Amino acid sequence: MSATDTDVGAALPKVRVDYLPLLLPLLLAVAAFPFIPSTSTWVTLTIAGLAMGMMIFVMASGLTLIFGLMDVLNFGHGAFIAIGAYMATLVLLPLAAWMQADSVWLNLAAVMPAVLFAIVVTGALGLAFERIVIMPVYGQHLKQILITMGGMIVAEQILYAFFGPQQIPLALPTSLRGSFQFGEAAVEKYRVIAVLVGLAVFAAMLLILNRTKIGLLIRAGVENTEMVEALGYRITRLFVGVFMAGSALAGLGGVMWGLYREQVNAAMGGELMVLVFIVVIIGGLGSVTGCFIGALLVALATNYAGFLVPKAALITDILLMVLILLWRPRGLYPVTSR
Amino acid sequence: MTLPMMPLSGDPPRSRVLSAALILIVLALALAPFLFPGAKPLNVAAKVCIFIALAASYDLLLGYTGVVSFAHTMFYGIGSYGIAIALYSLGARWDAIGLGLAIALPLAAALALVIGLFSLRVQTIFFAMITLAVASAFAVLASQLSWLTGGEDGRSFRVPELLQPGTVFIPRDVLGVAVTGRTLTYYIVFACCVLLFLLLLRVVNSPFGRVLQAIRENPFRAEALGYRTVVHRTLANCIAAAAAAAVGALNALWLRYTGPDTSLSFNIMLDILLIVVIGGMGTMYGAIIGGTLYVLAQNYLQALMGTVSTATGDAGIPILPQLFHPDRWLLWLGVLFILSVYFFPTGVVGKLRGGPS
Amino acid sequence: MSALLSLSGVETHIGRYHILHGVELGVPEGKTTMLLGRNGAGKTTTLRTIMGLWRASRGEIRLAGERIDALGTPDIARAGIGYVPETMAVFSDLTVKENLILAARAGEMDQSRLDWIFGFFPPLKKFWLSRAGTLSGGQKQMLSFARAFIEERKLLLIDEPTKGLAPAIIGALIDCLKEVKRRGATILLVEQNFRVAQEIGDSVSIMDNGRVVHSGTMAELARDETLQHRLLGLSLDTHQ
Repeated sequence: MSATDTDVGAALPKVRVDYLPLLLPLLLAVAAFPFIPSTSTWVTLTIAGLAMGMMIFVMASGLTLIFGLMDVLNFGHGAFIAIGAYMATLVLLPLAAWMQADSVWLNLAAVMPAVLFAIVVTGALGLAFERIVIMPVYGQHLKQILITMGGMIVAEQILYAFFGPQQIPLALPTSLRGSFQFGEAAVEKYRVIAVLVGLAVFAAMLLILNRTKIGLLIRAGVENTEMVEALGYRITRLFVGVFMAGSALAGLGGVMWGLYREQVNAAMGGELMVLVFIVVIIGGLGSVTGCFIGALLVALATNYAGFLVPKAALITDILLMVLILLWRPRGLYPVTSR
Repeated sequence: MTLPMMPLSGDPPRSRVLSAALILIVLALALAPFLFPGAKPLNVAAKVCIFIALAASYDLLLGYTGVVSFAHTMFYGIGSYGIAIALYSLGARWDAIGLGLAIALPLAAALALVIGLFSLRVQTIFFAMITLAVASAFAVLASQLSWLTGGEDGRSFRVPELLQPGTVFIPRDVLGVAVTGRTLTYYIVFACCVLLFLLLLRVVNSPFGRVLQAIRENPFRAEALGYRTVVHRTLANCIAAAAAAAVGALNALWLRYTGPDTSLSFNIMLDILLIVVIGGMGTMYGAIIGGTLYVLAQNYLQALMGTVSTATGDAGIPILPQLFHPDRWLLWLGVLFILSVYFFPTGVVGKLRGGPS
Repeated sequence: MSALLSLSGVETHIGRYHILHGVELGVPEGKTTMLLGRNGAGKTTTLRTIMGLWRASRGEIRLAGERIDALGTPDIARAGIGYVPETMAVFSDLTVKENLILAARAGEMDQSRLDWIFGFFPPLKKFWLSRAGTLSGGQKQMLSFARAFIEERKLLLIDEPTKGLAPAIIGALIDCLKEVKRRGATILLVEQNFRVAQEIGDSVSIMDNGRVVHSGTMAELARDETLQHRLLGLSLDTHQ
């Protein structure tokens, strides 16, 4: 058998990079332009959309990765969002003086520990949640939905019990207040930071997924967990790590959102989950890139619609989801075989 | 089929304790205006009837078809708002009630049809998420369209004269308890809820119902056997939605008010979920047991919790006062819910029947 | 010759279905054992049970004398078993290179081994950095093989490798298997194609209805057309 014989019937593999979804947010921004009265308003709305999108991406990316790898949908993911925000307040409120100070360094000295604390706590709680609540119901979707929903209820109630039902105000640090001026357009400083943080998280996730062995295992596991085990890897250990990371990301998102809205309340997790679900559905369960695009789309749509037709913001998101599902029934980048 | 079996569609409680409990509950509800005189107990009784019927309609979906939907309260709300808007706009007339029903029920079924066709092809999880999103959007929409729905404040309206509390049929001195329009309304609610329950029992015990259960067990097998799962699931969705709308209409009639908090709030969705799971999924009777337990707990457990809370607070124990605060009763129900899913998947009814979990 | 792998009284239930009814099987070391039988006889189930993907409800499975039936799949794989599943199960989103990196669990890929693999399967070198999902069916099977052979394994479990492939590709696979055999590998091979089975099999076990109904040497089965007909429902000449 010569070498060329084995090439018989071998097609040259087509290089198929799926660019179209990547362009969608750009298309949406451009499409909205004619409808918005002034350019500076459009700029403000677009930046707001990008910032919000990044925050939602941070919250949703963990969820989609967890589902893709472990086939577990945590309806209680929102609890980690709220818990992250509350943990940040535990650090930031005592350090209010540093937050108000007119020095970037003092501000950072308050914010960084808060973020770190939030991430560590939510990560640890994620570990506990996965081992205690979720592990017994691997593979049973119905029970998972019910149990994680129950977990969400309990978590929210515990937050109410410890922190009270009222909102906790969370002022932005001084150095992050205010806006940059670009001509007529005012761009809030915090929004720029949010975009940078979101991009950093995205870049880090892509790097880990594509350049490390763990990322390799995750990507392979998303496709076929059985085969990864048949190659000798104890992938269930990886599950726990991914769940912790996903929960920690939710916590980070919660901190970002809390600062954005300058208040924290126990119901924020549940409220944001609807958007997170829409984003995850649009992006395709298990795809980080899809989640990124989906988050940008949803946030931009919410901001544009919120300006043009204030009552229809959520409906617009649903419509967007329906349109995308009609185009690609399993989301923009369906990764898993499920 | 023997005579007692017929109204129960051949699906009896199959447990002495359960039968006794059910008979007790039904009797108590039937005689409520006379056994528990007073506005509050009657309110509780009406709420029990309504929650039982609503939970039963949800059990059709969750327990028998194996579909997790978070849009059920949306259909309940459609029924409620249908009646409210009709009576508000047209005045306190019986034909207004008829019109409200004639619009709300088909609307609910149609919406269920659209959602079903669109997303019942997909996995459980996908469907659950989509229904959550749609229901949330609907709730927002309802509170935004204040010209129609009364917005956040909802709609109060007057009911036909026969149903008004001021209408006295039999004065107090005759039976010890006055029979008023309120009593009549209660019995309408009671009778309709009983009827709905029995109808749903009929549906789940029909050949259609058996196919649903087959689909729940193994959709691929059912498909291979020739049953179109999408069609069956969609139909079940529509029936459940119409039933929920009917219950919503009854609720509006009883409260003489409809608002986002009484009909569309996500809390109601969670309540139903809790009731069906704790009572027993796929049993129908679970709705009765669960609904009764739930409403009783909501109204009387909170008082108990309040006592514990103040006691632990006075004793200086940390944390416990907050955890047992009456407002936190949902926390304990949530814990019970989680424990049920783990340890009593067949719920209270399943345990009473002594069957395998 | 000692049996490297032995199954005794293995029963497997999947849900309500009782698939394996007490499988008795021995795979001699250094030889290739064919596992034959009609569709639905339980061959794939047997391999999956050995691999731990399905748990045996009863019976023992021993690898080199040690029981493996209670171990999890990763540990069974680490005990030195390479698995080529019926579905090939290549990771479509990963490149050919990444697929093999994963398969070479012990560490770096051995370059000489890689060259040896490229010798049999040139397309793998050609599409080294291409996503595995873009490969043709035959090339995916080559990749699946390569994953199993990238490292030395005590035992190779291979499930219907030639199904649906062009004769040229089958030829390459057989050549590779012959070479692997020559190097002393122990193989348990499920194969529907009797001609292929005859070419590489040393011993044969035939399954029917979840049991092994015949065990013997390949030579003896090839000689006895009546036996073939009875056990496999057809004779050598009429089957491909």
